[in-house]
Amino acid sequence: MRIRRKRRIVRSIRKSRELNVVQDHTGRIRPGDILLVSTMRNEQIRLPYFLHYYRELGVDHFLFVDNDSQDGTLDYLAGQPDISVWHTDASYKRSTFGVDWMNWLKRKYAHGHWTLVVDPDEFFIYPFCDTRPIRALTDWLENSAIRSFSAMLLDVYPKGRLDEIPYQPGQNPMEIASWFDSGNYTIKRNPTYGNLWIQGGPRSRVFFADSPKKAPALNKIPLVKWDRKFAYVSSTHTLLPRGLNQVYDDWGGEKASGILLHTKFLDTFTSKAEEELHRGQHYAGSAEYKAYAEQMREQPELWCKWSEKYINWRQLEILGLMSKGNWA
Amino acid sequence: MTVGIVMLVHNALDRAEQVARHWTAGGCRVVIHVDRNVPRKTFRAFSDALSNDPMIKFSKRHRCEWGMWGIVAASQSAAELMLDSFPEVGHVYLASGSCLPLRPVQELIDYLAARPRTDFIESATTADVPWIVGGLDHERFTLRFPFSWKKRRYLFDKYVDLQRRIGVKRKIPASLVPHMGSQWWCLTRQTLSAILQDPERDTYDRYFRKVWIPDESYYQTLVRLYSSNIESRSLTLSKFDFQGKPHIFYDDHLQLLRRSDCFVARKIWPRAERLYQAFLTDQAGAMKKTEPNPGKIDRIFAKAVERRTQGRPGLYMQSRFPKHGAENGITSNPYSMFQGFSELFENFEGWLGKMTGSKVHGHLFAPDQVEYADGHTMNNGALSDSALKRDYNPEAFLTSLIWNTRGERQCFQFGPADNQDINWMIARDPNAQISVITGAWAVPLFKSNRNFADLRKEAALLQRIESKHLEVLRSQFTKARVRIWSMAEFVEAPMEPVQTIIDEIGPAHSRRLTEAPTMVDLEGFGQFLQNLKNQGMHPYLMGDFPVEQGPINMPKPVRKPYLVR
Repeated sequence: MRIRRKRRIVRSIRKSRELNVVQDHTGRIRPGDILLVSTMRNEQIRLPYFLHYYRELGVDHFLFVDNDSQDGTLDYLAGQPDISVWHTDASYKRSTFGVDWMNWLKRKYAHGHWTLVVDPDEFFIYPFCDTRPIRALTDWLENSAIRSFSAMLLDVYPKGRLDEIPYQPGQNPMEIASWFDSGNYTIKRNPTYGNLWIQGGPRSRVFFADSPKKAPALNKIPLVKWDRKFAYVSSTHTLLPRGLNQVYDDWGGEKASGILLHTKFLDTFTSKAEEELHRGQHYAGSAEYKAYAEQMREQPELWCKWSEKYINWRQLEILGLMSKGNWA
Repeated sequence: MTVGIVMLVHNALDRAEQVARHWTAGGCRVVIHVDRNVPRKTFRAFSDALSNDPMIKFSKRHRCEWGMWGIVAASQSAAELMLDSFPEVGHVYLASGSCLPLRPVQELIDYLAARPRTDFIESATTADVPWIVGGLDHERFTLRFPFSWKKRRYLFDKYVDLQRRIGVKRKIPASLVPHMGSQWWCLTRQTLSAILQDPERDTYDRYFRKVWIPDESYYQTLVRLYSSNIESRSLTLSKFDFQGKPHIFYDDHLQLLRRSDCFVARKIWPRAERLYQAFLTDQAGAMKKTEPNPGKIDRIFAKAVERRTQGRPGLYMQSRFPKHGAENGITSNPYSMFQGFSELFENFEGWLGKMTGSKVHGHLFAPDQVEYADGHTMNNGALSDSALKRDYNPEAFLTSLIWNTRGERQCFQFGPADNQDINWMIARDPNAQISVITGAWAVPLFKSNRNFADLRKEAALLQRIESKHLEVLRSQFTKARVRIWSMAEFVEAPMEPVQTIIDEIGPAHSRRLTEAPTMVDLEGFGQFLQNLKNQGMHPYLMGDFPVEQGPINMPKPVRKPYLVR
């Protein structure tokens, strides 16, 4: 395992040569700042609300890798003092889907910082997030000697066809995609890394009805007090050293955990799926996107009679999708 | 007479300053001890900022670490300075930098002035306290603890082991009886000075230096020597979680803190702006018109600990995934599994639903499709009816179904033709009520119009599967409520078992059954079984059915109310 971890780190250093700095404000990062790291491609339309959301939560600095966006992402980010940007036109797939790039950025800038790794369509929800800033959470985690915090990916989707309501820049995507599956998830333990492997939700229900085994993983550990010795192995599903994956209690108790609201399914999705299919830069030969593209042509509705409408974190906690643990 | 506040501070100095000024503004005297780990520059800035207040003094700095002697040494120095420099102080209150006064300072002064001889300190013998975390109770007084538990855990543990093995026992000074309690006390000048000026103090200090977590036992033990009037409770509201760490209060606890009956709360998150606003600027207003209800605070924090240690039974999620045997509730709610009933009775499901008001599914584990109640293709929580998805993880399917439908009893049919992978889980589950009529699977075969050779083959297969299942159900590991009848036995007197099952399901349903389910016509069934036997396949699970028309005591067109008893 140590060798695997070292290999990850070496790989990230090698892949760092693909990154060209566009805007470096990392000098403004102060000790104790909370950082956010993300890789994106053609997500400019999502950025205004994304930045607004995480600034409100109390993220102090953003580190972005722009994977050759063509939609003006770089122009939009230019000049914002709490954002540092790197650009690359190298292969997303060959950088382990962005993991290598981000591992390097974190190794270089996030040592000793609480660091959130999310995609531009993911919104982090944690217990008491409506009344307490993210620093309250990280202070508490630190106090409790907890180094990593789990947040399962929860796919949200609109009622009706995906392309019915167009998404506007700056808009809260939850206004459109506000429904989710509350109780059709399956969990297995991954004996290699000790993390849980969670599948289910609307993507498994609709796109992978015939092959549930291939459905995408929903377990994520996006918030970590980073150390330069740490490395993500695949997306934010798995970390090394393995102890960081122990975000669940296996003696019956509940550890505190959050949710990543995954707002992938907006009107932008159909064209995105087609594009990504052609690029073939995603996991497992873009099998996921193949499944999407096929299905989307026929039946672009994920909503069903048993879908739940998102209200707040307390609802998610009552449904058992996340937990307060012993944080009160 | 006034009150002296000893403040132990190690971070969030800006908040400490704010609170210290609040105390002196209310007429208290304050001595602050700043942890030596705080850089000198920071300390200088802090003490300079407060130097304009003559009611605030700074004591000699010690290095403080949790569980070690430094904290006691700090409080000793600060208390000595307090007693020496402020003769008007009657009571000394030990507080920390993250404590927040909840009620007007004057109220505290008046309260203590009215009780000039009372020492408020939680102090109990080790045998009588439930809240010791970490397993070391009496041993913290009889072993030595020179190593920090936080920083040098390995040495700490090894040294404890070593001492245990060679049987080291420290002698507790003769006059002392170890007591423990919250480290936040409020003592009278008489008691405190007696402790600090005791001629034996060196002996005591030397002893407590090597005790584990002396700040929870030093004063708590010594106070028993001198105080005439101990009120064993802390005036500081402080809640601890299951690891012994204090719970932290945030802005959203404002309403809760208003209902506290304590004078001071800890620990406050330094950035809880609203709390500091409310309690430091408008104290009278903050606590006004609220009936104290400390029980509510207790409940909330006790619940949090329970959530962390016990979790919600029957829930499997990202941060609760119990290992086999540690589930603390395999499923969340009671449910019933019926085997053979829908084969033996016509429209059993409809009837059961009507009688019990519960949700009655068909064969949830049928090979081709999940048969939800009323022919639904989906169920609560967006569970699909695809057999493929169910069989991908049948145990998760069942636990999700039961979790998703909390509040509504679930019943379902089962049989040897269904997916058998969940048999062990259900058998181990105390929430499961399992009722089996063995051999009833033969009824549909008997009614069907298929080639006898096929029937024989299928009967043999089903019998084999069911008898395996019965082995599971009869195993000593089974925790479910299991009832098994052979078909012959059941047909003999069907109503009594049915009544028992229904009584167990529906507590609201205390009535006697007025309507019996209709049994299928079994005429010729005995002959059918005999035919199987003649073909060399012995159906034994049904029990003994006579070849001639069996003793079925249900007159076929039963339509009038049927009363058992």
